Amino acid sequence: MEQMTLYIALAAIFGLYMAWAIGANDVANAMATSTGAKAISFKQAVIIAAVFEFAGAVLAGGSVTSTIRSGIVDASLLADTPELMIYGMLAALLAAAVWLNIASKMGWPVSTTHSIIGAIVGFAAVGIGTEAVHWGKVGQIVMSWVVSPVVAGTFAFFIFRSVQVLILDRTDPIARARRFVPAYMLVAAFMIVMMTLTKGLSHVGLDLTTRQNLMISVAMAIAVAIAGKLIIDRIQVDPKADRKFRFATVERIFGVLMVITACSMAFAHGSNDVANAVGPVAAVISVASTGMVEGRSAVSPWVLLLGGGGIVLGLATYGRQVMRTVGQKITALTPSRGFAAEMSAASTIVLASSTGLPISTTHTLVGAVLGVGIARGISAINLTVIRNIFLSWLITVPAGAVLAVIFFFILRAVL
Amino acid sequence: MAGSFVANLFGRSPVRPLQKHFKEAAACARELTPFMEAVLKGDWSAADAARERIVSKEQVADDMKKDVRLNLPDNLWMPVPRADLLDLLMVQDRVANTAKDVSGIVIGRRMTFPVEVGDALMKLVRRCVDAVDQAERGVNELDELFETGFRGAEVDLVEELIDQLDAIEDDTDQLQAEVRAALFLREKDLPPVDVVFMYRAIEWIGEVGDYAQRVGSRLQRLLAR
Repeated sequence: MEQMTLYIALAAIFGLYMAWAIGANDVANAMATSTGAKAISFKQAVIIAAVFEFAGAVLAGGSVTSTIRSGIVDASLLADTPELMIYGMLAALLAAAVWLNIASKMGWPVSTTHSIIGAIVGFAAVGIGTEAVHWGKVGQIVMSWVVSPVVAGTFAFFIFRSVQVLILDRTDPIARARRFVPAYMLVAAFMIVMMTLTKGLSHVGLDLTTRQNLMISVAMAIAVAIAGKLIIDRIQVDPKADRKFRFATVERIFGVLMVITACSMAFAHGSNDVANAVGPVAAVISVASTGMVEGRSAVSPWVLLLGGGGIVLGLATYGRQVMRTVGQKITALTPSRGFAAEMSAASTIVLASSTGLPISTTHTLVGAVLGVGIARGISAINLTVIRNIFLSWLITVPAGAVLAVIFFFILRAVL
Repeated sequence: MAGSFVANLFGRSPVRPLQKHFKEAAACARELTPFMEAVLKGDWSAADAARERIVSKEQVADDMKKDVRLNLPDNLWMPVPRADLLDLLMVQDRVANTAKDVSGIVIGRRMTFPVEVGDALMKLVRRCVDAVDQAERGVNELDELFETGFRGAEVDLVEELIDQLDAIEDDTDQLQAEVRAALFLREKDLPPVDVVFMYRAIEWIGEVGDYAQRVGSRLQRLLAR
């Protein structure tokens, strides 16, 4: 039994390390468009990220965690040797975290999601046998990595086109922005509240009907839109800034909207990416505490809390610094663009999270930015970075896998 | 732990640098007015001072041009073709270059234009500077054009600016013909070599307006898809 306590402690430490790495680095990507657009300050970004990442992780992070914990490896093959599952998941966590550390030191654009999936598949295929991997599920996950940026890009294209048609390309963009931006707020708020209610509240023990969910979401969304409208109406036209750049006031109105989408983005990121850290932890705990590899059961809330806490910890220690670097680098991004990119990325991620698919938040956001670019919305995009992102897709999965196999054999020998 | 590739995704926007470059180039061309006024008055020390300002502004614009070029590598993906932006930059730079050439030839040969020519010549210079001002108005719309994604009401506004620019340039052609005619009437009384270079100076002054108009046509090319 003491052995089991050790396993749980190790899992918690590795999981916390991974969550910390996600918080320190990945969150900066999620919030980059907001701070880059100067819609919110770094301090506000850190606070929003902390609150909504945590909420997303704890309330909506369950489904993806389940997929990572028990959707990839065929548990029935491990019924006689449950400790293999423990070694494997520990190795996967360590491999993903180490790979992330190396990659961010070298400045490579890797995804936390890709690392952990690669690592799990790696240990399962080599350590147990290729038949232990649910290849169908893995195929589905890999497909989603391609599909999610495309979907987000398409959303972003149409959202930004609607901004152009409704507001920017008119002769009275300020008046039109005042009228339509609250409508965008309504949609964004509805999406995030609806998602929280349908996926999240069952964890807390609240079960509402779809009808009740809908009504609450609509009410909350209307409240947010009205509050937004009041703030927007108080924005004064700044003639001096408008003379230099006629859309200065319009962009400030979009800045209010971006605060909402920044919340959605942080929530979406928390709901999807916390699983990368806590999925394996949950797997280790369930095996260690029951002594057997069972199929599915609910993810215990304290594991999600651990993940959420780890992300906030990472944010608190490094987030501000990373976000500042990121914010200074993005100059081409205005709130109207940032909003379109974040709104579509957040919707895509939330959608994927609710089906339990672990997707890469950052790659989805990049897809969304490209969608805005296709609508001629961004003045300059660096194609070299796009190429590197494609390369990282090819490299990260095998790298995570190889590292996981190495750690797996070490752990099996040592423990 | 640092670095986010979402941030690296964005290249430096070419808009502000292009605008700053033309602001400098246009300021350089505007110095032609005090310069020619001084020349026609025969006040060479004032002319020298104006020439100094033209040269230094042209130099600044030249440095900016190199900087913009260096920041437009061919791995950028932009809403407008990179070649068109580089073309616009080149024509913008020509406005300053030509203004410098004019001041150079006039001061180098200590040109003294006949009084009858002077009035018409000043009119031509002022109208060419008008063309430059109008072109600057167009270039100042670049950030708005990028903001709207080269669509809608903003495009109509820029089209209108360019139409006005074309009309101003037509005026400069007309005025240039008038200056030539005035000089033609007096040319037999003047040293022939001087006259040859006066015609050249007049032609170059007209070119300042021409290049301003071409800035407009390059902008138009950005609008057309």
